[in-house]
Amino acid sequence: MASTKKEEVKLIGFWSSPYSRKVEIALQLKGIKYQYLEEHDLKNNKSPELLKYNPVHKKVPVLIHNGRPVVESLVILEYIDETWTQEPALLPSDPYERAMVRFWCKFIDDKFSPAVRKYLSLGPETDGENARTEAQECLKFLENELKGKKYFGGETIGMIDIVAIGLAFWQRTLQEITDKDLMNKQDFPLLCAWAEELLSCSVISDNLPPKDKFISLIRSRREAAAATSK
Amino acid sequence: MAPQGEVKVLGAWPSPFVMRPRIALNLKSVEYEFVEENLGNKSELLLKSNPVYKKIPVLIHGDKPVCESLVIVQYIDEAWKDSTSILPSDPYDRAMARFWAAYVDDKIFPTMRGIVAADEGEAKAAAVALFKEGLSLLEEALVKMSKGKKFFGGDEIGYVDIAFGCYISWFKVTNVISNVNLFDESATPHLVAWIHSFSSHPAVKDVMPETDKLLEFFNNVVLPRMRAAAAAK
Repeated sequence: MASTKKEEVKLIGFWSSPYSRKVEIALQLKGIKYQYLEEHDLKNNKSPELLKYNPVHKKVPVLIHNGRPVVESLVILEYIDETWTQEPALLPSDPYERAMVRFWCKFIDDKFSPAVRKYLSLGPETDGENARTEAQECLKFLENELKGKKYFGGETIGMIDIVAIGLAFWQRTLQEITDKDLMNKQDFPLLCAWAEELLSCSVISDNLPPKDKFISLIRSRREAAAATSK
Repeated sequence: MAPQGEVKVLGAWPSPFVMRPRIALNLKSVEYEFVEENLGNKSELLLKSNPVYKKIPVLIHGDKPVCESLVIVQYIDEAWKDSTSILPSDPYDRAMARFWAAYVDDKIFPTMRGIVAADEGEAKAAAVALFKEGLSLLEEALVKMSKGKKFFGGDEIGYVDIAFGCYISWFKVTNVISNVNLFDESATPHLVAWIHSFSSHPAVKDVMPETDKLLEFFNNVVLPRMRAAAAAK
């Protein structure tokens, strides 16, 4: 799609937010030029831009297209796909397949990610068995969805792959800081192959949070959780 | 491409989420069979069609199930393209509609439940204040999106109307059981007018539960469940 009018795309994000990373991946996959604005202190000192463009939730990511904000990562991803219609298509064209993509994206955000986050945040002393089981049950559904496919999107990366990227990255992080693993090759061969495939794409790997910085963030969260549960 | 096969909706009459696909199908003049589920004894069809959540509503088109009420509404909009549109055509307007529909589920519904669950006095007052904060944002959104017309969707019911309007009977029940007035004409005049317009719309009125019936359902089924859960803690 050739645009003759001047187009201004900005993204307010944060380095460790998987949601803002997902939007960056989508923009880069589509070859959309944008200005990235990093929030420096999301906890205590949100920027005036963030408060202006996302007054309702005050969260990242915020996409600002020609001065108009779009917020909530799933809403942003669909907006990107509908506004910039060049390849790769983030959603398929068939209505039923689109419904399936939306269902799985919602599943990953509403059910799966909280389950993984909960397990990852548990301190080294805490018994994580229940949390691990819950997360693995979710993984089984996703493993099933990959049958016969390279990516969730088929031959190319699609919206589900982008929304699920945290899984591939967290899995690697988890292996560095604990001897327990969530997604083993024996039980989840397709998901493991998918994660390797995804992480070998430069668009994906270039947009993941710096590994060491991220690992120390997770470590400190786990220690804090262990300290409060004693 | 013309849709193929019969349409079924698996649901239960008290559920606001079940109203959503029914309103959407009515708007599109699509015939469907409504299957009332006994949630204490879920059917094989429901368990097979929604293995992930085992919840209603489920739309079955031909033999293909679609789950999650807002996913279903978008599917209906896209599968029956030749009828009235539920989502706007402009990408930015679509993003706004999706944003507010998500807001309703993430903030409005839980804060409404918070009012019912709150103890009398300060806790309840705080819960009501929180709910009304959300409501004032929706009042603003209605003014902006309707552009002077009756609905969030403009002249006709749209995505946000369906997402939000399905809760109307439950708001009325909350008013009775918590002895509050959630929709104050002076604070949210447009929403008050919208409630009347939405409730009397031909695509809505036959699928919206009567407040009395819902109140009875709340007292006989929901309240004992809430008490049992509280006692178990």
